[in-house]
Amino acid sequence: MDAAPTPTFVARKTALGRWWQSKSLRRFRRNPLAIVGLVIVASFVVIATIAPLVTPLGRSCMRDLGLTAATATAHRDVRNPAFWEIMFRTPGSCYMMPRAGFSPIPQTPEASGTLLGTTSQGYDIYYGLMWGARTAFRIGVLVVGIGLTVGILVGATAAYLGGWVDNVLMRFTDMVIAVPALVLALVIVMVLGNSIVNLMIAIAAVAWPSYARLVRGEVLRIKQLEYVTGAQAMGRRSFGIVFRHILPNAIGPVLIVASLDIGSIVLTAAALSFLGLGPELGYTDWGQMISFARNWILGPPGQPLAYWYTSFWPGLTIVLFVLGWNLLGDAFRDVLDVRGHV
Amino acid sequence: MRVPNPANADGTKVFDEAGRAPIGHPRPPIGRLLEGHRLFTFILRRLMMLPLVFFGVTVIIVLLMQLLTPAQRAAAYIRSENQANQIPEIIRQYRLDEPWYVQYGLWLGRLANGDLGYSRTTNEPVLTTLRKRLPTTAELALLAILPVIGVGIFLGTMAALNRDGVIDQVVRVLSIFGWSIPTFVMGIWLLVIFYGLLGWFQPGRISTEFAIQMAMGGFTNYTGFLTLDALLNGRLDIALDALRHLVLPVITLATVQSAQIMRVMRSSLLDALSEDYVRTARAKGLQARVVNRKHARRNALIPVITLSGFVLIGLINGVVITETIFNYPGLGQWAARAALNLDYASVLGFAVFTAVAVVTANLLVDVLYGIVDPRIRYG
Repeated sequence: MDAAPTPTFVARKTALGRWWQSKSLRRFRRNPLAIVGLVIVASFVVIATIAPLVTPLGRSCMRDLGLTAATATAHRDVRNPAFWEIMFRTPGSCYMMPRAGFSPIPQTPEASGTLLGTTSQGYDIYYGLMWGARTAFRIGVLVVGIGLTVGILVGATAAYLGGWVDNVLMRFTDMVIAVPALVLALVIVMVLGNSIVNLMIAIAAVAWPSYARLVRGEVLRIKQLEYVTGAQAMGRRSFGIVFRHILPNAIGPVLIVASLDIGSIVLTAAALSFLGLGPELGYTDWGQMISFARNWILGPPGQPLAYWYTSFWPGLTIVLFVLGWNLLGDAFRDVLDVRGHV
Repeated sequence: MRVPNPANADGTKVFDEAGRAPIGHPRPPIGRLLEGHRLFTFILRRLMMLPLVFFGVTVIIVLLMQLLTPAQRAAAYIRSENQANQIPEIIRQYRLDEPWYVQYGLWLGRLANGDLGYSRTTNEPVLTTLRKRLPTTAELALLAILPVIGVGIFLGTMAALNRDGVIDQVVRVLSIFGWSIPTFVMGIWLLVIFYGLLGWFQPGRISTEFAIQMAMGGFTNYTGFLTLDALLNGRLDIALDALRHLVLPVITLATVQSAQIMRVMRSSLLDALSEDYVRTARAKGLQARVVNRKHARRNALIPVITLSGFVLIGLINGVVITETIFNYPGLGQWAARAALNLDYASVLGFAVFTAVAVVTANLLVDVLYGIVDPRIRYG
């Protein structure tokens, strides 16, 4: 019998392999806190993705998907069009917490037939937390996207044109930074009115200045490189140079820093909706769930911790989310900034 | 006035970019002569920024107000429901339908006269509320700054000096958790444990029985700081009660900020400890304690001073949430309530006030920075 040739594993020199073996990534891999952060954030990504498949849907959500009580779990089947709809074209009604009864008092899991109990008015805590992860990523990604776009435009224009344009734009940036973020966002949401879109606009309006500063710094650095002078000598127009030659090289670190901001952006959003300036009542949003818990700090006489689940689960979820991003952000900053590792 | 960088005979600069004199180039006497003068111009330059930033911030806020209809803006000047039918008159009186720059000028004029509008949340002029509630919030914030600075700098130093030791590990874990617990989660959890379960502390500012006693008369408000006023009135019981109400809010407010300071202190002291001048000082045979304190820590404090501007911003953000959770009658609670009531006048008054506070604080930080670190002045 011929022995099968023993497979030999040779480290392949693909781009991916080189990246995996690079010094900075090795440092990242060997940092246990970074791995913990990565695992936490990845778990939240998974939760946000599968939330529709592991939660009992509410009535209006089912109606919008064309499901009936008899086919309540049909959307978990990949062959059903409802699956694709709830995953990628989620009806707005699915983001509202379903209500297990309308009791003004929070109900334990046993009493309400839900996994983690309900808040006052019967909102399902488990549903809110799972779908809240979706809301969190929606807010985080969109706000970073809007903020980055504005920041890149302002920063690149200021750095490339220089002179009075730079001065005016950057002083304006300084002024926006001078107002505490929560206060400015509070003013904006109040003026625009409560809704998830307005919440995102308000947070993007306070997030862009730091990106603008970062982009400006990077563009200023790259502007002095010889290939830019070369492009100028070839007669390319200034905006062509900025967008074709400078920005692609400047954008890397800015993208990383901005995406690591998702944690703090979600935190600001949660803080605003904790104050009552977030999405409408009943929206799956962690900050709002914490604010529900405010009225249930005291239990009935003799049972001081009777309503612990109303504040514990939402609180734990937010803490874990922020912790994950902070650990990840810390590790990345370590990797990017070699100073301090003598 | 900028003093040109003196050049050597061969045209090379005497100072490098950071304003340090390279080895072998003693600072020329003229530099020493100008030292005091430079600090003065540095402060003056910074002071000139203050009105500029104030102008910018208020323009942003007034521009935001243009998103509202004139009738909504008029709400800031309505004092009672009876005035609802006078809205067109109020719009005309305050010229709220004019272009924004006219409105901005008028708004500045009213501000100069101390008229920031009428707060429907507290039923009094905005300025009165600001003045009344400022000491209440200041009491909370000042008490929170003590642990922020004390704990933050102390633990950060300990961690850096025992790098990778047990203390360092504990401090790092503490700081990352402290940094990750949002103010509103921390506040609620503290209340559940220490108010709901143990009953040690209550929300609010003072117990009802003392509030009644104080309202009955015989209690003079000297400073607006309740703990201090109680002591000045010779009422130790009220002072202790007020302190008891401050414990949880202060912990809530201070946790995130001390964690920040701890982290920055640790990493900047680690940087300082690896500098050449520290090694030189050790090589000279100086005691480790002296080197750590005088050579390393003093320089390591510079980034911490920079951070203190951000700490103030963090405290203002935190005050809004902390006061809301603990039902503490300060500026933050007022602003949060006003925002829910669509009480524009109050929220704008608060926003302008915080902006001015932050700008002033940043100015102080810059000046302090210039005094501590001569390199900044030469920059």
